[in-house]
Amino acid sequence: VKRKLPKITVWRAIFAVILLSGLYATWLRVFYGLGGSTNLSDKFPWGIWIAFDVMCGVGLAAGGFTLVAMVHIFNIAKYKPILRPAILTAFLGYTLVVVGLLYDLGRPDRLWHPLVMWNPHSVMFEVAWCVTLYSTVLFLEFLPVVFEKFGLHKPLEWIHRISVPLMILGVLLSTLHQSSLGTLFLIVPEKLYPLWYTPILPLLFYVSAIAVGLAMTIFESWHSSRAFGRALELPLLAGLARVLAVVLSVYLWIRFLDLSHRHAFSLLTQNRPETWLFALEIALMAIPTVLLYQSSIRLRPGALYVCAVMVVLGFITNRLNVGTTGLEAGSGTHYVPRWSEVAITLSIVAVGFATFRVIAQYFPIFEAHSHSEAHSGLETKEEDAVAVG
Amino acid sequence: MSKAILYDSTLCIGCKACEQGCAERWGLPYNDKIAAEEQISAHKLTAIETHGDKFCRRLCMNCAQPACASVCPVGALQKTTLGPVVYDASKCMGCRYCMQACPFQVPSYEWSSRLPKMRKCDMCFERQSQGKLTACAEACPVGATKKGDRDALLAEARQRLADKPDQYYQKIYGVSEVGGTSVLFLSAVPFEQIGLRTHVPQEPLPETTWRVLELVPDIVSTGTVLLGGVYWITNRRAEVAKKEGRR
Repeated sequence: VKRKLPKITVWRAIFAVILLSGLYATWLRVFYGLGGSTNLSDKFPWGIWIAFDVMCGVGLAAGGFTLVAMVHIFNIAKYKPILRPAILTAFLGYTLVVVGLLYDLGRPDRLWHPLVMWNPHSVMFEVAWCVTLYSTVLFLEFLPVVFEKFGLHKPLEWIHRISVPLMILGVLLSTLHQSSLGTLFLIVPEKLYPLWYTPILPLLFYVSAIAVGLAMTIFESWHSSRAFGRALELPLLAGLARVLAVVLSVYLWIRFLDLSHRHAFSLLTQNRPETWLFALEIALMAIPTVLLYQSSIRLRPGALYVCAVMVVLGFITNRLNVGTTGLEAGSGTHYVPRWSEVAITLSIVAVGFATFRVIAQYFPIFEAHSHSEAHSGLETKEEDAVAVG
Repeated sequence: MSKAILYDSTLCIGCKACEQGCAERWGLPYNDKIAAEEQISAHKLTAIETHGDKFCRRLCMNCAQPACASVCPVGALQKTTLGPVVYDASKCMGCRYCMQACPFQVPSYEWSSRLPKMRKCDMCFERQSQGKLTACAEACPVGATKKGDRDALLAEARQRLADKPDQYYQKIYGVSEVGGTSVLFLSAVPFEQIGLRTHVPQEPLPETTWRVLELVPDIVSTGTVLLGGVYWITNRRAEVAKKEGRR
């Protein structure tokens, strides 16, 4: 414990610095508008608050629906112990996306407008509805944790009764808006660099969201095991890593086919920033894919963690490329986020980590499974040990 | 009968009277400093650009099938039957998707305002619905900007190309760009030389997203059956396993 203390204080200091700069940036945003707090312009109306806070935020929260589908719809019960942290991450993720939107919208007080003023032809309208409904679903999926904590058995029963349709709804809504974030950019064929612009952008966004959802689940399990001194659910995570390797392979193969059908490979010979950013993004996805096929990597916590981090970074690079850098040439301008944009984004991430920690400390996020796991846990471990080798 | 504007770059003398007329119509300030700005912005909804000895006007193209109106999540932008694409600031929540989607980079934002609005030319919708000319067409002393019915203006533009083939680049910008626009351009030189975007798609942009959006009901219905079915199968399997004492 003594050795841990100074480490925590360093993190706390960093946390405090981030929050203070975020607070100052918030003041700039409120009193000087988007012009006084961002480097956005008429030619470049979307920056990192959209490309990171919203597009990455929603994607990184995809572990929620992926694991719900695996555990409750495909009935792969062994993953149950990591379901709750994934749902919590998703719920926090979506809450923080809304916070990010409040910063980015010119009129945050009108956030509710799409719910009342409809335009079914707008992708943004669809995303707004899906995100609103899905956040509600996530809230309901998380409620049992609260009920359990306070021993409310009646409502617990009641919510279990609607849980199946609720989960199916959640998976459907996620499928819709995860892909729709890609559809958003189909309207800019002449602006988005052709390495990224493709009619199948929605499909690519969907598959990569599933991949990053799995990677984030591994990421957060690793972190929470360190933070709370829990044993890492290694056989489970190794199994998840297997799924991740397959999903990533499918993703990379679709991207390869897409580039080849669009005859876009010749673009890779050009020495432009886009080429290098594309290479970075693909490398960050391809390297962990290859590594995760090795059982020795999957079963080493450190190596598994590094692979998950690479996938997360590759995903973030992809979303930033589609949302910002890939649009620069087509928009005829350059965009580098202002410090205040970065400060607010970092603050949102920091608040996310801190809130997760606090909730995980006071609510049965990790303990609960030890009960539900009791009868099936042993068998699962054996199964995995064989499967993983 | 959809209204349109025909801008003939070969007639334009760069006097910027259109800019002044536009500023007056919107109640925006106009002075030498603003006149010198050769780009549209939230305080300047039309601008005359100088390209060597040629001029070109920038304004909202008021597309036949506008990307901005299709992407607006709250329907603040609408294409009117009269021709103009109008904006209802009271609906706008400031997502700026219209700005991202516009292939001509027309919509501007009041970046420094605390309660910002999007700004763009609306082809003087109010004046036009009263049967008046647009402010720019009224101000133009040489007839470089002309207002009228789109069909009539197209016919006139073709006539000008035919009458003086050596003075015109033999194309009309805005006929098929993004499926047609309500602002048409004539020029002495190829359009990219006076700063017009010639790489815009020739199909209406709303199609690109609608092709995916229209699948939503299919995805929802198929997905419900599929997921419900998978749940039914896998849980039946679990039930049977339980009964046979395998768990």
